[in-house]
Parts: sequence; structure tokens; C-alpha cells
Amino acid sequence: MKQEIIIAGFGGQGVLSMGKILAYSAVMQGQEVTWMPSYGPEMRGGTANVTVIISDRPISSPVIHEYDIAVVLNQQSLDKFEGKIKVGGILLYDPNGITRPSNRKDIRIYAVEAAEKAAEIGNVRVFNMIVLGALLKILPPMLSADSIRNGLRKSLPERVHATIPANEKAIETGMEIVQKQN
Amino acid sequence: MKEEIRLMKGNEVIAHAAVRAGCDGYFGYPITPQTEIMETLMELKPWETTGMVVLQAESEVASINMLYGGAAMGKRVMTSSSSPGISLMSEGISYIAGAELPCVIVDIMRGGPGLGTIQPAQSDYFQIVKGGGHGDYHVIVLAPYSVQEMNDFVEDAFDLAFKYRTPVIILSDGIIGQMMEKVVLKAPTPRLSNAEIERRYGSWASTGSKRNGKSNVITSVNLDSLQQEEFNLHLQRKYRTIEKKEVRYQEFECDDAEYLIVAYGSSARISHKCVELARAAGIKAGLLRPITLYPFPVEPIAELSKRVKGILAVEMSMGQMVEDVRLAAEKQIKIRHYGRCGGMIPSPNEVFDALVSLTKED
Repeated sequence: MKQEIIIAGFGGQGVLSMGKILAYSAVMQGQEVTWMPSYGPEMRGGTANVTVIISDRPISSPVIHEYDIAVVLNQQSLDKFEGKIKVGGILLYDPNGITRPSNRKDIRIYAVEAAEKAAEIGNVRVFNMIVLGALLKILPPMLSADSIRNGLRKSLPERVHATIPANEKAIETGMEIVQKQN
Repeated sequence: MKEEIRLMKGNEVIAHAAVRAGCDGYFGYPITPQTEIMETLMELKPWETTGMVVLQAESEVASINMLYGGAAMGKRVMTSSSSPGISLMSEGISYIAGAELPCVIVDIMRGGPGLGTIQPAQSDYFQIVKGGGHGDYHVIVLAPYSVQEMNDFVEDAFDLAFKYRTPVIILSDGIIGQMMEKVVLKAPTPRLSNAEIERRYGSWASTGSKRNGKSNVITSVNLDSLQQEEFNLHLQRKYRTIEKKEVRYQEFECDDAEYLIVAYGSSARISHKCVELARAAGIKAGLLRPITLYPFPVEPIAELSKRVKGILAVEMSMGQMVEDVRLAAEKQIKIRHYGRCGGMIPSPNEVFDALVSLTKED
């Protein structure tokens, strides 16, 4: 089984670290993985994206032109990646800030109100973990809960390990609130 | 420290591998997309564990000359930079080659010319493989195509550098430098003492102590032309040995291939996916990936050129390695180039389209 995933949004939304936790969870599960960021003169507010490939076989190219799953967190990213989702693939998005939602009929579309929920919880920093939870919920069953817990621990530097319970709670929240749109 | 599996960026891995390979000193100057190498070394603080020196020099010119000094003492020394920084180091690399000293240089290429872009490119093949600095010299060039190889090639580079007393360049790009993959970090090898260096590699180093009343003098200057020619011929004999013994490459699906892609580094990863697409579409494509760019895998390409209908060289440049492919091919067949440049990365389907055009040329 192979999943080719793009996560895209604004810099500062935690796009890259979300991809890293996903990738580390896959490593914990003994899977092959590539994590390739867009890097550049990027800053908070600019766009950022990361391609994560998880596979039980060696991965040829970390660079790909179509995706099984696109996680998009702003309109620019939706415009850029909507057309690159494989037929039968998945779009996961946060409707906050989206003015023109996707009207593709040949993909499955899920929404997660992560920004709204994070504001409601009163901790905007768990925004990306809510999105990650939603993604894990709809991802084919490749990663066990244990692998995700271990991935989270491995990805976060020890100085912020005190935030792990809040992050784990946010992942659970994301799993609960994700909604199928079509 | 023992063997462990981690998820890391190619750049971070270079730093870990250097410490674990018993590197004595790193001297560098920051430049995107390779700054994580020195950043990670600073975080690892190896001066507290192995005693390895990590120093941010005032410039690339200073870094390479610090390397020259450390190498003259027989130490395992290393620097890293990206394209414009390597240009600044080129004089020093020529001097080190001229003084027959071992060192490891990591080049994480970005798009040029000039200050160019910070995005990935492979447009410095000519610079690194064909010289860069002045004089009739070569450096051994290793082209990793995975984060694991970024790890493995550091120790290999030190071994080759000392075996042949030559600079070795690990030539990679912003894709492999910035991406994360699973990597197995080897258990560390201790740094070598002066006595151990001498026992393994001979007594050429200038260690500050006289042997039998004789000092070792390290220099690249020789104003007697006859002697300088003799020295050049000695270098050439060494290069012939390297060309005979150190060629490394990897083939994918070449056995029944009718069309061959030649690509190195991240382009080889992208091309590998293109081979998968081609096979799925019924095109018998194969990939040859040079692992050493100098020495270039001339013979395997010569052999394959007799069996295939056409060759596509894929590089993130406007056509540099393709010249070596043309020189290597023994049979007159179609040899085409596909490349993107300026920091643009070719996608597997673009390469596939280029391959399909090649198959339709008949």
C-alpha cells in the first residue's frame, strides 16, 4: 500500500511539522517514507507545502505530480492542488477562509473546522493537530494509534514534551469533527 | 552513540555522519540550502564528545584554506557549501588537489548562474566534475540519491580521500538536502590519533614533529617545469587507477531495456518513477544511475549503447552530464537531453513525455 499526500497552507500553520509527525509515525510502523518540503524565502503568512509519501515498498521519486490525498488549508493551496488529486482520491480542507470550494465530483471531499475548533478550545497552536487527527481518521488504515503516539514523541523536541497530552487530545478532536461533504 | 534508525533531512544526516565517521574538523560558512549541516553540528557539540572542531569561518575562502591546513596535518577535515560558495572555494580546491591532500567537500547545489536561486538544481556538474579550479586535476565525485546515501557516503568519501590523497566532493542538491527519509545511522568510528594516521596512510602529513631529522613540506608550488610535468604525470597515473577501480553505478530494469535513462542524484529518483510509468505503459525503459560522476561509468554506458535504441539524459540543468553520456556511448544512437533549470524540478510525467518523444523519433 502506498499513499501520496500533499499538505499545503500558510507558513506558520504547522504544515511542515504536521507532515513530520505523520512521516515519523510511518517510520515507527516500519514503513518507507519521504517528506519533501517546499522550502524557500518563505515566512509566516506565505504559502508552504510538504509532500509525504508512505509506502510498504521502497519509494522511487519523492517528487510527484498527482496525489492520493490533498490536505489544503487556504484558498491558494486549494487552487493549486485541487486538479492534481487522483480520480477517486481525497480532498481534506478547513472551510475557514475558503471562498470557492471544490466542485470535483470524482474525488471524496472531507471538511474539518480546525481553525474554529482551535479557537473554541482556546489554543490556536493545536490547529494543525486537529487537522492531523482528521487526516488520520480518513487515511486508509496504515498507522496504528501506538505508531502515531510514538511518532509524536519522536518528532517533538523534548523541551515541548509537556504539550503532548494537549496535542493528543487535539488529534482525537480532529478525528471526531471531520465530516464527509459529498 | 550506537546504530539507530531516525527520520532526518539529508543535510542533518551529513552532520551526524561526519561526527560518526571520526571527522576531526568542520569549517564552513552558511548558505541555503545547506545551512542545516553546520547548524546540526553546532547542536551536536561534538567538541564535547569526540573532540571534533566545528568552526564558522569568516567566508568560504577562509573555510577551504582551513581545510587545506587541517588536511596537511593528516586530519579528516570537511566543509560544505552550495553553488556560489563552492565557486569561492575553487582556488583552494585546486591547491589541495595540487598538494595531494585528502578532504571532503559537500556541495548542495542550487540554481545559478550568479547568486541565482536557493531552489534545487544540478547545474554545477561541469564545475565539480570537470574542474572548477585551475590545472590538470580531478576530484572524486559521489552523487547520493537518498538520505541514507548522504549518511553512507560521508565515511566512504573520507576513505577514498585518504586512499588516493585527493579531495572528494559529495555532490547533491536542495531536494536531497532538504527532504527527510528514514536513515540508519552507523555506530561511530573513533577519531584517529597521529600515530594511527601514519600507520594507515603513511608519513606524508606535516604533524609538527620531525622524523629522522626530516620535515614534511606540503606545497602545490613547483617552479621547475620539468618537475611540475613529472608531478602532473604522477597525478594522471593516479587518476587512471581511480578510473579503473572506483567506478560506482546502479542499474534498474536495464536487462531488457530498449530505451535507457541516465540520471544522477534526485533526477535519478524522478527518473526511476518515470521508468515505472513507462513499464506500465508498455515501454521497455531502464535507468542507469552514476553514483560516481568522476570516475564516470563509461563502460556500462558503452555496453548499453550497443543494446538500446536511444538514451535520455535527465538533469536539472540545460545539458551537462549528457556530454559524458555522448562520449561514453560506443554506438551511434539517439542521445537526447531533458532538463529543467533555475530551481524548477522536473516531475516524473514530464520526464515520461520526453521519453515518449524519444521513442517516437524513428
